[in-house]
Amino acid sequence: MYTQALNARENAVPVGSPEDADRAARFQARIDAEERIEPNDWMPEAYRRTLTRQISQHAHSEIVGMLPEGNWITRAPTLKRKAALLAKVQDEAGHGLYLYSAAETLGTSREELFDQLLAGRAKYSSIFNYPTLTWADIGAIGWLVDGAAIMNQIPLCRCSYGPYARAMIRVCKEESFHQRQGYEIMLTLCRGTPEQKAMAQDALNRWWWPCLMMFGPPDAESQHSDQSAKWKIKRFSNDELRQKFVDATVPQGQYLGLTFPDPDLAYDEAAGHWRYGRIDWEEFKQVLAGNGPCNRQRMKQRRDAHAAGAWVREAAMAHAEKRARRAAQADAVPQAA
Amino acid sequence: MPEQKIPLWEVFIRSRNGLAHKHVGSLHAADAAMALQAARDVYTRRGEGLSLWVVPSAAIVASDPADKDVMFEPTASKIYRHPTFYEVPDEVGHM
Ligand SMILES: [Fe+2]
Ligand SMILES: [Fe+2]
Repeated sequence: MYTQALNARENAVPVGSPEDADRAARFQARIDAEERIEPNDWMPEAYRRTLTRQISQHAHSEIVGMLPEGNWITRAPTLKRKAALLAKVQDEAGHGLYLYSAAETLGTSREELFDQLLAGRAKYSSIFNYPTLTWADIGAIGWLVDGAAIMNQIPLCRCSYGPYARAMIRVCKEESFHQRQGYEIMLTLCRGTPEQKAMAQDALNRWWWPCLMMFGPPDAESQHSDQSAKWKIKRFSNDELRQKFVDATVPQGQYLGLTFPDPDLAYDEAAGHWRYGRIDWEEFKQVLAGNGPCNRQRMKQRRDAHAAGAWVREAAMAHAEKRARRAAQADAVPQAA
Repeated sequence: MPEQKIPLWEVFIRSRNGLAHKHVGSLHAADAAMALQAARDVYTRRGEGLSLWVVPSAAIVASDPADKDVMFEPTASKIYRHPTFYEVPDEVGHM
């Protein structure tokens, strides 16, 4: 899921040689012609940097995103729900891996990207810093968080960078299951006892606004959009995607018989859009700055998991080296006469 | 001590009987057996394939995109390599 325009503005691009200007013009012409850029093609350094940051943040988000849902695997209410949740969380691991692979083709190693996350130098989507307090949160995440992710990711399937676009096609194929299983959980709760329906309502109340923040700051304040649009990395603005999400989601919530926690939410007949109230961008800034409800816990869990796996990585490499050495020795043994 | 880098592998899948293996992505693994296992988990969770290849990325030799014209342009002018270059009278029928 989950790219978000998160970081500070890029430093000004240094003025290149006339030759670079020439190559940059040819590069832009290829983008304008809807050609895909591949790893070994020439590209402006700023394009490489922007994509490395965006794809790796996206990968980190998939990986950290396993934590809030993993929290409920052992407590899923039925075997069916447990199997589905396990499969979904495993998919998110897969998404992270597709995306790390795509990011690596730009020349930054996996180890370096992990390091950036674990050292707190890289960001991931703000949404995963909220807690999953009840089972209904698993429904709300699938329905809303994965739903928002789908809105974001579908246009990325046509991103100008080939490896990213191809990874997104695989991811999008898998996301639909995530959203549908989440909605089905919500539907089951809403058709259940009053307590179950109240649980679903409470989950919507807590997740709705953070989900709207997933699309990133409003266009007026967004820092990357112009250049990313020119490079055809981003094809819709944050506000455009947010609006699409709201328009798609409100009727789904009404079908559930739930109320959105926004007194200003109203249908604009003339425009054909649902108008929503003011988003608390101060909360968004605080969560990004590390002050959300779960930031510290998430990072600690990632660091602990990485550290706890170190001996496995070391052992696997030692084993592979031993086998390679023995194979080389066996080859070197002279044939008996 | 910095951790040792785990080698990179390219993954190819034969999606159906009769089709060629097609590149789907890459992954990191310590050795070939682990690369195959990881490729199965990462790239074939929904019946994507019948057969997997993993190839050390370092073993792949690629053409340079800068040489694209030198490598591939000359074929564009060799129109006599195509059947439509040759005239066969209609009376002869389909050939
Ligand atoms: Fe995902
Ligand atoms: Fe997902």
